Amino acid sequence: MSLKREEIADKLATAGYVADHDIATALWLMDFLKRPLLLEGEAGVGKTEVGKALAAVHGAELIRLQCYEGLGQNAALYEWNYQRQLLAIKARESIGENADAIEEHIFSEKYLLERPLLAAIRRDKPPVLLIDEVDRADEEFEAFLLELLSDFQVSVPELGTIKATAIPRVVLTSNGTRELSDALRRRCLYHYIGFPDVDREAKIILTRVPGIDAVLAVQIARMVAAVRKEDLRKVPGVAETLDWAATVAGLEIHDLRQEPEAIYETMICLLKTQEDQARVTREVSARLLGKVA
Amino acid sequence: MTGNLQEVPRPRADPDSRLRKSERSESLRAPARRRLAGFARTLRDNGFRIGLAETGDALAVLTSPAALRPASLKPALRALFCATHSDWERFDEIFDAFWFGRNMRQRQILSGTPSAPHAPARRLAEAQVPQEALGLPDQVERRSDSAETPADGRGRREGASRTELLTATDLRHIVDPDDVAATHALAARLARIMRVRLVRREQIRKRGRRLDLRRTIHRNISHGGTLLDLAWRRRKIKPLRLVVLLDASGSMSLYTAFFVRFLHGVVDAFREAEAFVFHTRLAHVSPSLRDRDVTRAVEKLSLMAQGIGGGTRIGDSLATFNRWHARRVINSRTAVMIVSDGYDTGQPSQLAEEMRRLRRRCKKIIWLNPLIGWRDYSPQARGMQAALPYIDLFAPAHNLASLAALEPYLVRI
Repeated sequence: MSLKREEIADKLATAGYVADHDIATALWLMDFLKRPLLLEGEAGVGKTEVGKALAAVHGAELIRLQCYEGLGQNAALYEWNYQRQLLAIKARESIGENADAIEEHIFSEKYLLERPLLAAIRRDKPPVLLIDEVDRADEEFEAFLLELLSDFQVSVPELGTIKATAIPRVVLTSNGTRELSDALRRRCLYHYIGFPDVDREAKIILTRVPGIDAVLAVQIARMVAAVRKEDLRKVPGVAETLDWAATVAGLEIHDLRQEPEAIYETMICLLKTQEDQARVTREVSARLLGKVA
Repeated sequence: MTGNLQEVPRPRADPDSRLRKSERSESLRAPARRRLAGFARTLRDNGFRIGLAETGDALAVLTSPAALRPASLKPALRALFCATHSDWERFDEIFDAFWFGRNMRQRQILSGTPSAPHAPARRLAEAQVPQEALGLPDQVERRSDSAETPADGRGRREGASRTELLTATDLRHIVDPDDVAATHALAARLARIMRVRLVRREQIRKRGRRLDLRRTIHRNISHGGTLLDLAWRRRKIKPLRLVVLLDASGSMSLYTAFFVRFLHGVVDAFREAEAFVFHTRLAHVSPSLRDRDVTRAVEKLSLMAQGIGGGTRIGDSLATFNRWHARRVINSRTAVMIVSDGYDTGQPSQLAEEMRRLRRRCKKIIWLNPLIGWRDYSPQARGMQAALPYIDLFAPAHNLASLAALEPYLVRI
C-alpha cells in the first residue's frame, strides 16, 4: 500500500505538482508513521495544492473541510435531516404506526447527513482529508479535531459509535492567523512551504499555463522573485504569478523587456493593495525589469 | 474542552516496541541511537518541544527497511521534530552543527556575547514566561462566575509580596535584572488575563431574541414535531479589537522595553490585535511579535524600537497610520491605545488633525502616558495639549497597577 519516497516524488510530478525537494519525504513519512501533516506558509504558496496532489498520488478521493470562525460539529461532522424526519413522522402517524417504531426509523442512517469529517472516516478506500485553514476555526473545534484525529471514531448519540472503516490521510493547512495549540502541533508532522525559487516557479508556470514560452516563463519567475523582494504589504503568491503569466501570454508578449508599459499595467495581477500599487511605480517597475534582463 | 488539549492520547504505531525491536536486531546501530538521543537533547536545549514519542519515531525511520537515502534524512527529521515556523528556520543550522560540526564556534560566540542592548530581552526569556502564562487562560475560564472578584486579575499572581511591590513601583526604578524579568513576565500575564476576562464578559452578555427555526425543529422532533421547546438565536458579539501604537523615542526609552513586552503579550493573547511602533516613523510590528519565541520577538522589536533615538513625530506617524493601516486594522469595535509621553517635535496642528481623523474611525482612543504617574504632572507638552480633546481615556502607565486598572474600562467598550 505505502509507496517509496521516490515513487511519491515521481507521482507528484505526474500529477502536475511541482514539488519542492523535501515535500516528498514529508508525504512518505506521513504514511510511514501514520500521522497527519501540518502545512504552514504564506498565503498563496500552494498549501492546498499539496492536498490535491496527494490525493492524485494515491488515487484517492479528496475530502475538503474549509474552516472558518464559528465552524461547529453540524457543519463539519454530521447533521440530521430535520425536514425529512418531520415528514416521516407525519406520514407514519397518519398510518397509525406506534411511537417507538417511528423513532427507530427517523434516527436511522437514511436521515443522517454526512459532513466532511464523517465522510472521511466512512469510505472503504482511505481518502485524503484536507482540513484547510485550521487556524480560522475556534479553539474548541481544534480540540474536537484532535480527538477525532487520534481515535478516528465518532459517536452520534442517537445512533451509536461510528468507527473508521479506513484511516484517512490527513493534511492540515494554516495561515498563521492564530497560534495553533501545542497539542495539535505535536500530533502532526510539520512542513513549511516557502515561496518557490526561480527555477521551481518557472516550472510551475510551464505546467500550469499551457503554451507559454520557456524563456518567458523564466523571465516572469525572475520578475516575480524581484517583486517579492520589494517591501510589500501583500507579497504575491504563486496563484498571482500564474494569473500574471496567463495575462502576459494572453497579450502575446514574448519578451518582458520589449513591453515595459504593458508590464507595468498588468502588474495589478501581482499587487493587490493600493499601498503596494503606489509603491511599485513605473520607475520601480522599470528598475525591476532591468534586473530580470 | 480546551482544557483537555494536553492530555489527549496520542496513539501511534507503538514506538516502544519498535525501539525494543531495533535494539535486539540492530545492535550495530547502538551508536546511531545514542547520537540520535544526543541530537534530540540538543534540539530540546534549543527550545524544541520533543517527547520520547518523536525520538522513537525518528529511530523507527532511521532503522526501517524502507530506509531513506541519507540526503532525505534531514527533511524527514525536520518534518518530525519541528512544530512551528521558527523551529523550521533554526532546524537546518542545528542539524548541520550537530551532525557535521558546522558553524559550532560561531554559534557559541553568538550566544555567549553579552551585548548590552539585547541583555534585558535575553534575561527576560530565561524567566520562562510563556509556559506558565499559556496555561493560565484555561484555568481561569473554567472557574465559575461567582469566583469572579474585582481583584481576580491580580490575585492570580499568587503570593509573593515582592510581586505586589513590583506592581506599584514606577518602571523607571526597576533596575535589578531579576526584577526586570519579573516585571516583564507580569506584563505578559496581565495582557492574557485581560483577554480571558473580556471573553468571559462576552459570554454573559450573549442573549439574543430571535428564534432559530432550524434548531427549534430539531429539538422538538422528540415531541413529534410539536414545538414545545424553543431555541433562540444569539447574536454573536465580536471580540474587542485592540490596536496599540507605542512611542519608542528617546524620551520614552526608560519604559520602552517594558511596553514591548506588554505588546507581545497583547498580540499573543488577543486574537485580533495589531501593534505599531513609532519614533520618527511608524513600523507595523505585529508580524515580528507573532513569533512565539519570546526572545526573538522581543529582540527584533527592541532593535526596531532603538532604531532612532532622535525626536518623536507623533503627527507624522499617525498620518502614516491613518493613510495606510487604519482601513485594514480598524473596525467599529476597535480601541486604539497610544502609549506616549506626548513630546512631539512635529506641528501640534498636524497631530490634532490626525487625531481627529483617527477619532472618527475607531470606537475609543486610549492614551497612556507614563508621565501622569509622576508627581505634579500636568499635560503641558504642546503635542499632548493638541491631542487631548480627542482622547476618551487619558490614563497613567507608569507601573503595572495602572495597567491593570485599565481592564475594567476595556471590558465596557
